[in-house]
Amino acid sequence: MATPGTTAAPPAAPPPPDRRRPPRGRRTTLRYGRRDRISLALMLGVPAFLVIGLVWLPAAATVLLSFTRWDGIGGLETIEWIGTQNYTDAYTLYPPFEPALRNNLVWLLFLFAVPTVLGMFFAVLLDRELRGGPVYQSVFYLPVVLSLALTGFIWQLIYSSDQGLLNAFLALVSDRPPVDWFGDPDINLYAVLVAAGWKHTGYIMLLYLAGLKAVDPSLREAAAIDGAGPVRTFTSVVFPALLPINVVVVVVTVIDALRAFDLVWIINRGRNGLELISALVTSNVIGEASRVGFGSALAVIMLAFSLVFIAIYVSTVLRGAQR
Amino acid sequence: MHPRPPAPPGLRRRSLLRGLAGAGTLAALPALAGCSSRDPNTVTLTSNRANAAQRAAMQDIVGLFEAESGHTVEINTFDSTSFQESINNYLQGTPDDVIAWFAGYRTRFFAERGLISDVSQVWEGLEGAFTDQVRDLCSAPDGKQYMVPDSTAPWAVFHRRSLFEENGYEAPATRAEFVELCERMRRDGLEPIASGVREGWPAMGMFDHLNLRLNGPEFHLELLDGLHSWDSPEVRAVFGAWAELLPHHQADPLGRGINEAQTSLVRREAGMMLCGMFLTHVFPEGEDLDDLDCFPFPEFDAEIGADAVEAPIDGFMASGTPRNPEAAHALLAHFGTREAEEVYTAVDPQALPLRLDADTSGFSPLEAKVNDMVVNAGALTQYMDRDSRPDFASIVMIPALQRFLSRPDDIADLTASIQRQKLSIFGQ
Amino acid sequence: MTATTLPARRRRRIRPARAALHAFLLITALAWFFPVLWAVINSLRDYDYTTVHGYLSLGGFTLDNYANAWTQGEMPVYFANSLLITVPAVVLTLFLSSCAAFVLSNYSRRFNLLMLAVFLAANLLPPQALLVPLFRLYTSIRLPYWISESGSLYDSHMGVVLIHVAFQIGFCTFVLSNFMKAMPTSLLEAARVDGASVFQQYWKVVLPLCRPSLAALATLLVTWIYNDFFWALALLSSGDKMPITTALQNLQGAFFVDYNLLSAGSVIVALPTLIVFFLLQRHFVAGLTLGASKG
Repeated sequence: MATPGTTAAPPAAPPPPDRRRPPRGRRTTLRYGRRDRISLALMLGVPAFLVIGLVWLPAAATVLLSFTRWDGIGGLETIEWIGTQNYTDAYTLYPPFEPALRNNLVWLLFLFAVPTVLGMFFAVLLDRELRGGPVYQSVFYLPVVLSLALTGFIWQLIYSSDQGLLNAFLALVSDRPPVDWFGDPDINLYAVLVAAGWKHTGYIMLLYLAGLKAVDPSLREAAAIDGAGPVRTFTSVVFPALLPINVVVVVVTVIDALRAFDLVWIINRGRNGLELISALVTSNVIGEASRVGFGSALAVIMLAFSLVFIAIYVSTVLRGAQR
Repeated sequence: MHPRPPAPPGLRRRSLLRGLAGAGTLAALPALAGCSSRDPNTVTLTSNRANAAQRAAMQDIVGLFEAESGHTVEINTFDSTSFQESINNYLQGTPDDVIAWFAGYRTRFFAERGLISDVSQVWEGLEGAFTDQVRDLCSAPDGKQYMVPDSTAPWAVFHRRSLFEENGYEAPATRAEFVELCERMRRDGLEPIASGVREGWPAMGMFDHLNLRLNGPEFHLELLDGLHSWDSPEVRAVFGAWAELLPHHQADPLGRGINEAQTSLVRREAGMMLCGMFLTHVFPEGEDLDDLDCFPFPEFDAEIGADAVEAPIDGFMASGTPRNPEAAHALLAHFGTREAEEVYTAVDPQALPLRLDADTSGFSPLEAKVNDMVVNAGALTQYMDRDSRPDFASIVMIPALQRFLSRPDDIADLTASIQRQKLSIFGQ
Repeated sequence: MTATTLPARRRRRIRPARAALHAFLLITALAWFFPVLWAVINSLRDYDYTTVHGYLSLGGFTLDNYANAWTQGEMPVYFANSLLITVPAVVLTLFLSSCAAFVLSNYSRRFNLLMLAVFLAANLLPPQALLVPLFRLYTSIRLPYWISESGSLYDSHMGVVLIHVAFQIGFCTFVLSNFMKAMPTSLLEAARVDGASVFQQYWKVVLPLCRPSLAALATLLVTWIYNDFFWALALLSSGDKMPITTALQNLQGAFFVDYNLLSAGSVIVALPTLIVFFLLQRHFVAGLTLGASKG
């Protein structure tokens, strides 16, 4: 077995004689022996089994439960089948539903507009050998690793209407009444988005740093020799080379926006201007208040939205593969 | 991503392998850790009393039990909110033998679903120790008891005694006096009523008290039990009275946590606060805590009076199939003893003992006052989220009350919306 | 290396730009760090002092919060639990997802895109929505008592590890398969020519080359899995099995939260993820020099 370090030989090199190797020219799948086929099946099968068994199976059960009324207690015979009533109820008489849809959309747009762009910018700045670069990296990444409890406390100290730093500062520069950052349903979403962006930027920066490191430096040097400035180099050489990481970032951002939950939950359980679908699902299915059927219906709606994005993503990749 | 040249792999691969092997061993560890067998002398207890003082108090009474009975008690402490959020699954999984919980609807609900077991046997030894009402609150409709009560943290209007003395304020007894006091406090530069409802549930206290004073405890409990329409003149009157009181509340309550509101009372920025005895946790012990005083929420209707007290009752229940039933019942019986209740309530500042024969001589003036309110109460209620279906209380009422606080002029539409949602939850 | 052969004149011309860049980074970094610093300062203060004087005062400094969080939170036990959940979950996720990514990026594209979609979409599902069915599934899977004290997947570390793995495989497979697709096919061809089995190709050729990717994913996974308290709370019922993040919540009472104590506890809890980040950050740099040496 050759080590990868010595396998730079072109694929067209003549095959060494005397190796147990099926004849050429056959279809790819037949080139593998039984052991290889078992390996392939296990390598894909075990992860697939876990994902399907522990995620898709419960998800399918959730879809079924969304047509029922059930409090999650007792055997399956206690489940009452009520058709699509949960969906009708969600649209017609559940006040937080519509704001939640809108807030999730605002969340998504904001994450793309600010932290994603900022994260990419930081990554581009920090990708070069800069004095103190690792320190900056760590500082921007720091919010990502902090636990929910600490994050909640941090923003409480800043946004509290009586004792928050922000209102104390505003009181110094103007004499308008204090702003109710967490309680005013017209502004609290944006206040929380700042906190969410604070966390998200470091994450995006990390992904882009990882991606930029894979960009062949000779491309940049070539551009520099051609006299392109840093902006030109980035837009015409680096950014196109970042395509795979861009796709990752888009997917990650959509995931984060759809599943956004922690911050609003710790602030006010996702109510009063901070409604998000995930928080509505949670407050319905957990605790003594279990309305499993109704919560499942909300979850299915959320699932449907994610499937739209997944479809867009998969079709993009498909097109890429065919090219 | 661009292709990169192959790395010289020797050392790297080996260290990666070593890492994976090490991790494999670790992966096997959780399995090995499960090899312990259960000691028949051990009884397990889940406590949701997680404050430092509450933990110490639990340790004390459990220590008494261990010394007397020779059993060992394993205590699992969960923070109350997280525990509440996972309780349904918790009780259906592998719960501990004894579980700290709340009386009223919240015990009845689990009893009816068979998730907790009958403890009337323990109650046989508690005959006459509690009032009949407390006994009812620990019973299910089948007439059996499912909870051993130990303490309560009643609600009242709290204030600093020194602040009242300095400004010559008197505790108000009626609605008119209450409003007048609020206006005076405002003139003196104080926030009359501290208010923080960011968590949602604290807003229920004001609704409960206004409903109790305007419509009486009987109507209140029936309303929460789903027997009356929410889109009624009575309920609209409650919101109407609340809307009149709102200007006397601290502004912007929706962005303020309940602890922050309590803090403004500590810092003499606010004059009063309608709150449970748990307010005592926020007051620093000593001078500040000794300065804390209270009065009952004032009368709004002379015919109804002001003697209904909101006194949420805490206690302990036994899981559906305790692994060690005898020891579990012994522990429950111990929690119902006078000694245990006295020891517990002496350490936990929010708790008052429920036993009628509890020694009250060690009470602070504040505790004595609140205890008198409970003893002489015309009726005891629990709290909205303990007197009603949990799904209705948390999913319908919290957003509704929050909506009221941000748009108090829209009462008719609000009560209609509550009623629609109530029907979908309670059924017709 | 070509980078060092750039004309010196060019270097000097960009000096003012450099200064502006450093100024910008310094100011943003301070703005980024300040909220954390402010919280850490307040975690060093006595709760009674901040209650009476407010958070906008200074004073009441003490280390007691840290000592109390450590003892009241019984941290050593819970740190061990976190280790027993996080390490196996991260290693297993990286191993299984790199296996899957290897198959998906090298064999029959059509079917594999479908599989990739199945993996990735699973990662998008809201965990809360799966809670009830998953809880039922976990309590109904019987395990021998020597594996799980509770006799089922519920209330066992293994159960928590598995759900983390199932949820994270999607994203990791996605990232790794992108990475592997960009590798030159000549490497695998050569290994095949040498008669390497499929698993050998994966283990000896592809996996070592994925190190930078694996390091980045490991950093993220450690953060996610270590900081999670949702699954632990939902799928464990014994207090002594809880990971540190869930146990940390126990420092709060129902009606009273000593935020200074809680944030002291949170600072202690954040240390391991910070350490992991600093350790793996070095590996990124190593990956960078590797790529640059191509020149």
